[in-house]
Amino acid sequence: MSLTTDRPPVPTGPGVPAPEPHRVSGGLLDPRQLLTSFPDACRKLDPRVMARNPVMFVVEVGAVLTTLSAAKDPSVFAWVITVWLWLTVVFANLAEAVAEGRGKAQAETLRKTRTETVARRLTGWRHGDRAPAEESVPAANLRLGDHVVVEAGQVIPGDGDVVEGIASVDESAITGESAPVIRESGGDRSAVTGGTKVLSDRIVVKITSKPGETFIDRMIALVEGASRQKTPNEIALNILLASLTVVFLLAVVTLQPMAVYAGAEQSLVVLVALVVALIPTTIGALLSAIGIAGMDRLVQRNVLAMSGRAVEAAGDVNTLLLDKTGTITLGNRQAAEFLPVSGIDVGELADAAQLSSLSDETPEGRSVVVLAKDKYGLRGRELGGHAEFVPFTAQSRMSGVDLTEDGDRRELRKGAASAVMHWIRENGGHPTAEVGPMADAIAAGGGTPLVVGEVVHRDGETIATVLGVIHLKDVVKAGMRERFAELRRMGIRTVMITGDNPLTAKAIAEEAGVDDFLAEATPEDKMALIKREQAGGKLVAMTGDGTNDAPALAQADVGVAMNTGTSAAKEAGNMVDLDSNPTKLIEIVEIGKQLLITRGALTTFSIANDVAKYFAIIPAMFAVAYPGLDKLNVMGLHSPTSAIASAIIFNALIIVVLIPLALRGVRYRPSSASKLLNRNIRVYGVGGLILPFVGIKLIDLVIQFIPGLR
Amino acid sequence: MNDTLAGWLQITVLIAALALTYRPLGDYMARILTATRHLAVEKGLYRLGGVDAEADQQWGAYLRSVLAFSAVSVLFLYGFQRLQNHLLLSLGFAPVKPDQAFNTAASFVTNTNWQSYSGEVTMGHLVQMAGLAVQNFVSAAVGIAVVAALIRGFTRRRTDRVGNFWVDLTRIVVRLLVPMAFVFAIVLVAMGAVQNFHGIHEIGTLVGDKQSLTGGPVASQEAIKELGTNGGGFYNANAAHPFENPNGISNILEIYLLLVISFSLPRTFGKMVGDHRQGYAILAVMGLIWAASVALITVNELHSVSSTAGHSAGGMLEGKEQRFGIWASALFAASTTLTSTGAVNSFHDSFSPGGGGMTIFNMMLGEIAPGGTGSGLYGILILAVIAVFVAGLMVGRTPEYLGKKLGAREMKFASLYILATPAIVLIGTGAAMSLKGERAAMLNSGPHGFSEVLYAFTSAANNNGSAFAGIGVNTHWYNTALGLAMLFGRFLPMIFVLALAGSLARQQPVPVTAGTLPTHRPQFVGLLTGVIVIVVGLTYFPALALGPLAEGLH
Repeated sequence: MSLTTDRPPVPTGPGVPAPEPHRVSGGLLDPRQLLTSFPDACRKLDPRVMARNPVMFVVEVGAVLTTLSAAKDPSVFAWVITVWLWLTVVFANLAEAVAEGRGKAQAETLRKTRTETVARRLTGWRHGDRAPAEESVPAANLRLGDHVVVEAGQVIPGDGDVVEGIASVDESAITGESAPVIRESGGDRSAVTGGTKVLSDRIVVKITSKPGETFIDRMIALVEGASRQKTPNEIALNILLASLTVVFLLAVVTLQPMAVYAGAEQSLVVLVALVVALIPTTIGALLSAIGIAGMDRLVQRNVLAMSGRAVEAAGDVNTLLLDKTGTITLGNRQAAEFLPVSGIDVGELADAAQLSSLSDETPEGRSVVVLAKDKYGLRGRELGGHAEFVPFTAQSRMSGVDLTEDGDRRELRKGAASAVMHWIRENGGHPTAEVGPMADAIAAGGGTPLVVGEVVHRDGETIATVLGVIHLKDVVKAGMRERFAELRRMGIRTVMITGDNPLTAKAIAEEAGVDDFLAEATPEDKMALIKREQAGGKLVAMTGDGTNDAPALAQADVGVAMNTGTSAAKEAGNMVDLDSNPTKLIEIVEIGKQLLITRGALTTFSIANDVAKYFAIIPAMFAVAYPGLDKLNVMGLHSPTSAIASAIIFNALIIVVLIPLALRGVRYRPSSASKLLNRNIRVYGVGGLILPFVGIKLIDLVIQFIPGLR
Repeated sequence: MNDTLAGWLQITVLIAALALTYRPLGDYMARILTATRHLAVEKGLYRLGGVDAEADQQWGAYLRSVLAFSAVSVLFLYGFQRLQNHLLLSLGFAPVKPDQAFNTAASFVTNTNWQSYSGEVTMGHLVQMAGLAVQNFVSAAVGIAVVAALIRGFTRRRTDRVGNFWVDLTRIVVRLLVPMAFVFAIVLVAMGAVQNFHGIHEIGTLVGDKQSLTGGPVASQEAIKELGTNGGGFYNANAAHPFENPNGISNILEIYLLLVISFSLPRTFGKMVGDHRQGYAILAVMGLIWAASVALITVNELHSVSSTAGHSAGGMLEGKEQRFGIWASALFAASTTLTSTGAVNSFHDSFSPGGGGMTIFNMMLGEIAPGGTGSGLYGILILAVIAVFVAGLMVGRTPEYLGKKLGAREMKFASLYILATPAIVLIGTGAAMSLKGERAAMLNSGPHGFSEVLYAFTSAANNNGSAFAGIGVNTHWYNTALGLAMLFGRFLPMIFVLALAGSLARQQPVPVTAGTLPTHRPQFVGLLTGVIVIVVGLTYFPALALGPLAEGLH
């Protein structure tokens, strides 16, 4: 149903600003969060928790070893290294705790809404039942398929579909949006969410979720990260990091016999320090925070991803299926032009059109008033004499106004061409032949013609004339063309889905700059399109809200269900957009990409850091045995102990420094893969090579004054 | 002609010859690996071996075939050496001792050709020809077969089949190695390499001493030794021996032979994946590393001279053949350590610390520039997978190489691959250094002595087979340890390569879009080179610091 005709207007009306090609940004890190998350970070030191992160687990084991060693042979150096190794582990946990902490705060607010409600369950309810039997049960006892009645001022006890009635509902608890929304039985706006509040009227709701598995429950679990599982890409990266860890572990363990031969046996503390400096601790520490923060960035945009896997898939999407109405064009058609018939001045037509629309509260009507004002300087005005508005009816298919002044009566109508012409003829007029072709031309171009007619009764005479045609057209949202060009550069193809005929669809597709369109789309067509794309190895993303959309949402790799949609649609998709703004699909793709880029950039950074650490630690270890190796001390570090300590301190501090970046995600500008890679290699690869040389040197300059490290 | 001009001329001729061969040989190998028809002689062989030539194998079956074939080869070669005194043309040599026979069998089957023996005083002609030389052919062919399976993993879609090992093996031997080796053996004979069945000649030298000269089927073994990147010399002196490598021209020819197949395989790869640019990108990385290595070794040998005698000679000439000089020795040294050949025309032990260190680093790179026959290409492709993974993340997509996604499974095998060889090198060296008795095998002290041990394990685990010399490795411990290092260093990576091939073949390829990381541009060439150098450098830096670096920096 929702596919064969255009969508009911979603909240993106003409008043809603068009999407700007804005950049993905994340929340800022409040330094206080570091403090409040500190206890959590310490709790995570439990080895059973640490074992899930192989890189940091190695650091923790190393920290235990140096602690024992330092306790046995205390020295300033051993204790400095030990303390900083523990700090390294704590900082890693802190990153995760801070990321989780933001979600926890959100979950807390959600929990408050999930107070124990009492449900008014209807027993044996049937359609049309005027006075059903009612019983009070705790919301937790509701079962799938139960019917409950909710009246103004009451909280909806569970997720469900409205089966009777219409009501305005306050959904601010989950969307944060205070304006109430309309929920009614039948159609695509029947879904209600437990915990939201009915503001007016009475509805009967059929419960569609089990207690404990409601939308709010799932949302709490999601934002808290309780159900967080490692995503496929995260697992792959973890494998690479684990294997690098093993390589470096081997390199250091086997170093000792070589060092013994060289006459430079190393202490356990130094060997552990070398291992920790080499293994990719930076990315190991931040990896899970990056994943949590990625989900969180979606939540901040009021999108709930049911799994991290879906967020990752969003970054890989090749094809975006976008519904025309609400996504590409504004929700409604708008007046774009006044076309007078010959002999009529365009100003006269504009004036008549505006008069006829003054009381027309439809978006089309308002757009006529606005166009006349903007283009011809006609302001809305007080009408002299007596004005009687004629509303649009399905029978007349016209609306307008009747003006009476000094006994003269002027009737203005605008409406479908056939209706207005019929009305003119009825009043004895003869519409000119040019009106037909004018209307046809507009229709052929993808627009809708509205004919404006005038009947004047003056001095017992009746003059009926057609004044001209208003060209109503779909207005492509501002900036969409640039947005699609951007997507094309990112390698993503856009396909517009519409119920319009192919001709209309083509005109709008060209104007909006999408790559392809699917006209007169039925759910089957849409499904077939998705399957065709996927057969070619492509990943498809789409938005949907109707029950009809459910199979396609389930089939698509990224299916974003609108919160206004049916529960079937929400169940089928792997994301829910609480704002029900289909344009957000583009942002979701960007967030998915940003998540992967952040991981890759920090991995590169982490590995590139090792070069400088080698130049700090290797000469410190062996310059005594082989003085020539002191030439590798290019940073001119003060002493062997201060060199090693500086490398370890840098290694720990860089984690804290990068926490905001991990949470925010690295900067992402849509562009081709080559350009992106160049930039990221420059910043994180080359930067990662150089930065630690500077950082370690600076730390060395400070800590050389610590007695015991000289 | 002065040395510098001659040196440049040799390099120019070599590069020109390789460039001329790149396309025809690469395309020919692609045809061999994709042809649907069998030659009559091949059909005969299949019938003999009971092979169903039309059957396609899953990766597991392919791997089992590789392992079974290699296991039988090791046993056969071991038995051959142990029983050589009962066989024809034994020249009266005694059976080879068990540990050395194991070491040699492992060495030749793994395409390493590490030799803890001196050929001319240990092996009879029959063992050399029917045992060792046969392995020179088939071990080279096994490497190419495995890379063929990996390439099929990239090209095939939604299948669990990666080819038929027996067919690949047979075709590579019959259509590629035997004809080429035959032609070049004759060329070598024409240049003066020996080819006969003579025994030991006693001759009187000018100063009145007696010298034993062993004849034998040298040229035929020499051709395949280089062509198949084997490197096991007929003589102890290897390609420094005038009977193996008579003059400057034969020297260039031998360098050409040991590089030609590995440098042409990227073309085969490009052709099979249907995009020659992919082949050129891989070739460019191999070429860059090779050129840099040749340059570094040459410069080091010419200029880092410590002794006055060296200065007057114009470079480090100790351990180098006067016939070849510094330029040709450096060129040979770089090429032999960057392929898995390990043949030598000079003694790397006597190189300057920088030059000698570079030969170790070359092998540590994992024999990928251009590497052993087949093994070089699969080695660099695995590193490309790693590079693509990290770089692919940085462009915001699940990384994909040639349309195949690099997920957890793929990364598991690639990670294990890059883990395997360093583990063997480091554990082997570490173990040798912690055993007092084995340390005694070093003939030098200090960092140079350590370099000798590091070189031995690096050479064995990477299946190079060249020796730094200066270390007595014909001991029970070294024969066994190095033999195991060779076996693990060859077959562990192969397991992971074939597993990866199987996992790639199952996938449906992802279409290329503007959002896909391009893997044929200079950008990728630079990236891959960087990843290779940094990953290898980080892995071995501590060990290198205690060896060549400690020796070189003073």
